[in-house]
Amino acid sequence: MADIFVIVEHRQGEAREISFQALWKANDLSEKMNAPVTAIVMGGKEEPFVPEIASRADKVIVIENESLRNFTPDLYLGILQSLIQENRPFITLVGHTPWGMDLGPSLSVRTGYPVATDCVDVLIENDRPKVVRQVYSGKLFQKMSFKESEGYLITLRAGAFPSDRAGQYKGEVIRKDVPAGLPEVRRQFVAFEESSAGAIDITQADLLVSVGRGICEQENVAVVQELADLMGGVLSCSRPVVDKNWLPKFHQVGTSGKSVKPKVYFALGISGAFQHVAGITGAGTIIAVNKDKKAPIFRVAHYGVVDDLFKVVEALKGKLKK
Amino acid sequence: MDIVVCVKRVPMTQEVDLEIDAQHRDVRKDVLAYVINEWDNYAIEEAILLKEKHGGTVTAVTVGAEDDEEVLRRCLAMGADKALRIDPGNITLDPFVVSKVLATAIKGLPLDLVLTGVQADDLNEGAVGVMLAEQLSLPHCAVVTRVEPSEGELTVRVELEGGTDEVSKIRLPALLAIQTGINVPRYVSIMGIRKAAKKELNVVKAEDLGLTQDDLSPRTIIEELFPPPETAGAQLIEGDPATVAEEILKIIKEKGVSL
Repeated sequence: MADIFVIVEHRQGEAREISFQALWKANDLSEKMNAPVTAIVMGGKEEPFVPEIASRADKVIVIENESLRNFTPDLYLGILQSLIQENRPFITLVGHTPWGMDLGPSLSVRTGYPVATDCVDVLIENDRPKVVRQVYSGKLFQKMSFKESEGYLITLRAGAFPSDRAGQYKGEVIRKDVPAGLPEVRRQFVAFEESSAGAIDITQADLLVSVGRGICEQENVAVVQELADLMGGVLSCSRPVVDKNWLPKFHQVGTSGKSVKPKVYFALGISGAFQHVAGITGAGTIIAVNKDKKAPIFRVAHYGVVDDLFKVVEALKGKLKK
Repeated sequence: MDIVVCVKRVPMTQEVDLEIDAQHRDVRKDVLAYVINEWDNYAIEEAILLKEKHGGTVTAVTVGAEDDEEVLRRCLAMGADKALRIDPGNITLDPFVVSKVLATAIKGLPLDLVLTGVQADDLNEGAVGVMLAEQLSLPHCAVVTRVEPSEGELTVRVELEGGTDEVSKIRLPALLAIQTGINVPRYVSIMGIRKAAKKELNVVKAEDLGLTQDDLSPRTIIEELFPPPETAGAQLIEGDPATVAEEILKIIKEKGVSL
């Protein structure tokens, strides 16, 4: 059986969590299909995480060069294209992250292998892969199959799979030279930049009072801030509130903001997009207020109120002021 | 700078009950209201901001039926110079086919930069932009939160996870997929849309683009749409606001938060 490839994502000398999740899924598929798992590491010289990856794969192909230390899609794509053409992997997994979103669809066009993106599960039916995806704001699921091909590309949603760190394999590490004839670099990495440093640290709060799209107007931020103050909590928010410039980024909870672990997370008008939910898995208790009873937030909340958040906010203020 | 922006009209699905259609492959769309895809709204705004600052033209493009011209008119009202609708007719679309259709239609246009949204709000695939870049042999960036042009290149900020971003330089011509929050999209009035009615809006048929059978063959097939698996879900707190508030405060105290 042809290989299952996992493209290892890393940053500043560390393999990203998504890489371990992809390896978990690769090993799960490997058992079902009896196919070896090959991890692909493209990075700088002597990246320290290679042994960790090797304990979770049958084989690791390492391509080391200082030009590969940071994400350089022109070179990465050139290398992956030649590795895929050489090895013809049956399935290639990569995270649905900014890396994988650049790599997956590109490789599909270059290799002719079909790609399915942002998948929360991969199934094997009649020796062919099918995927499960979330659509329409996470309210519905979709099962998708592929046009028949020699190989398939799949990008995986972060957090959709466990990241098994107890590796039991002794993957052979194969170091390869950078292939000849790589294309010139048109997109060059310059630097990393902190994006959510700021005056308030939402990660340390016991109680977060968090607002989402449901607050409708900028003026309403102050209404909820007042409630947070009365409760002795800290104000946080979901992405749409920051996108609209209603609150600075250091208030944002979620994959592109911060992961939080309060005793109580009180979510007001937050629909519960997966990027947001991924940031509150460490919360002790989640209480959600939302008008939409089908909002995905109610699937993860411990307590739910289906109502207009402002009615609840006013009632709470009334009780606290007494 | 000549900029092409790809936009899509999508159904609004927040705070709406969705009904699965008879074929179990999509939702019933006839009962839904439509808007410009949120990411694309930021992309068109970014293109217009770049034009206002650095000169050039902005062309808005969509693959869609006549109803979808609504989003093109909106882009024209915001400040785009021209619009192009590619009518797919009866072609089955997936990200690969859409990218082929767009690439073929765009190829002839003068362009320094192509902008798309990171993804569309309906199917969340996030694939068309990067596939289009590859079809046009352009360098690309999948999640962009800042664009600063300089001679022959752009400095872009790429949103990573966990509060870290990447700064990169990308050579023109290029394709960028724009993330929400990059700017504050301008308001569009009915009057503005009316005024923009005189601007050029061309329509071509996908079948006239000379695409091959393979170009028009979807690589992915939607088999089934289904409701999310049941979870334990939230325990609902019911009653009038005063009762609900009382209960919420009780729970918060029980969990060890002092109020």
